[in-house]
Amino acid sequence: MDTLQTFASAKLAAGEVKIVIGYQAGSDATRARPAFVSDTAEAASLIYDDRCRQNLAVYLLKPEVRAAGRAAVVCGPATLRTLLQYAAENRIAADAVVAIAVDADGTVTELADLEAVETHVARQPRGLTPEQQAEIDRIDALPLGERWQWWSRELGRCFKCYACRAACPLCYCSRCITDVNQPQWIPVAADPLGNLEWNVVRAMHLAGRCVDCGSCAEACPQGIRIDLLNRVLAREAVVDFGVAAGVSRRKDYALASFKPDDKEEFIR
Amino acid sequence: MAEFEPKIVAFVCNWCTYAGADLTGTSRIKYSPNVRMIRLPCTGRIDFMLLLQAFGQGADGIVVSGCHPGDCHYTSGNFHARRRWMLFRRLLEFLGVDLRRVHFAWVSAAEGAKWAELVNQVVEDVRKLGPYREFPRRLAAADSRAEVA
Repeated sequence: MDTLQTFASAKLAAGEVKIVIGYQAGSDATRARPAFVSDTAEAASLIYDDRCRQNLAVYLLKPEVRAAGRAAVVCGPATLRTLLQYAAENRIAADAVVAIAVDADGTVTELADLEAVETHVARQPRGLTPEQQAEIDRIDALPLGERWQWWSRELGRCFKCYACRAACPLCYCSRCITDVNQPQWIPVAADPLGNLEWNVVRAMHLAGRCVDCGSCAEACPQGIRIDLLNRVLAREAVVDFGVAAGVSRRKDYALASFKPDDKEEFIR
Repeated sequence: MAEFEPKIVAFVCNWCTYAGADLTGTSRIKYSPNVRMIRLPCTGRIDFMLLLQAFGQGADGIVVSGCHPGDCHYTSGNFHARRRWMLFRRLLEFLGVDLRRVHFAWVSAAEGAKWAELVNQVVEDVRKLGPYREFPRRLAAADSRAEVA
């Protein structure tokens, strides 16, 4: 922990970064909140433990943070993948961000550029947790009608607060299609059809781009497992196209490319 | 009670399937009238939301059809569409949508007979499945359905 704080403080003091995005203790003992540290004295308040699950990369694209100057961001494995995906989508410049990578064992590593991030990410394990895999398998194993009913009940609890959108680092459109009302493409009402449409749109717009951070489900006040929709599509993109998001700085978006021999046994 | 007549919405490409369906007509091949065709510039233009909107407005089945790979008027629209459909199908399957209600096809401008055969088959399949009551409908669509029934 000291390493993280002294590291942040040293970077700020040296003027290498203007702002450090990390975590602070939250409003109670079970929570952490994002911290935007711009002077060395505040750096002592940074923490990193298992309460720190939010993907902080989401703040990097905010105008206020961009205006602050070069940023350092405290990164778990998923946040590092987000940085690579941002680079692939031309959201951040190669040297705009210093990643402070914190591994599962608490080791703090400075990754000064995206090349270093890429090398670091390549060494990290990636995949579904046993819990996530079990939940996907359970849903897949349900008979069709029950599966539909289960999702209808789950998505029926959505009241369209769009916290999932706000928490997702890759839902960064300055004007979301959901907010377009002339013509109204996605209905605003939180009715069964509107909820289904919103959640399908969200999943599809992230298909092949989602870096598996799980911030969407984490942010959902109703505890709906919307992350599973993304995880399933992410797996499908790897199986069908061999493309995973957040592994490289190169643009390699599954739905913006194709191979003439992609499988098509489902097409008549 | 009269036999259930499924409503099928077909999203088709202007350059091949639409012309193919035209050929079906000019060849005087008779096929099921249950299909409502919507002509779009390219299968690459067919947003998955259009499919959901069709279901939401009362469709019981959907056909999406475009040019064979390599024949796209815009070079690669159908290749991109194919990838999108693969992921979309997986998502629908995971959500519990019956994939027998969503059909994808390549029908060229010369395949009038194939179009007739495809539509007839989809109509028969969906007729067996019955009306798609599980899918949430828009209010207005539910009203018009009541009128028809």
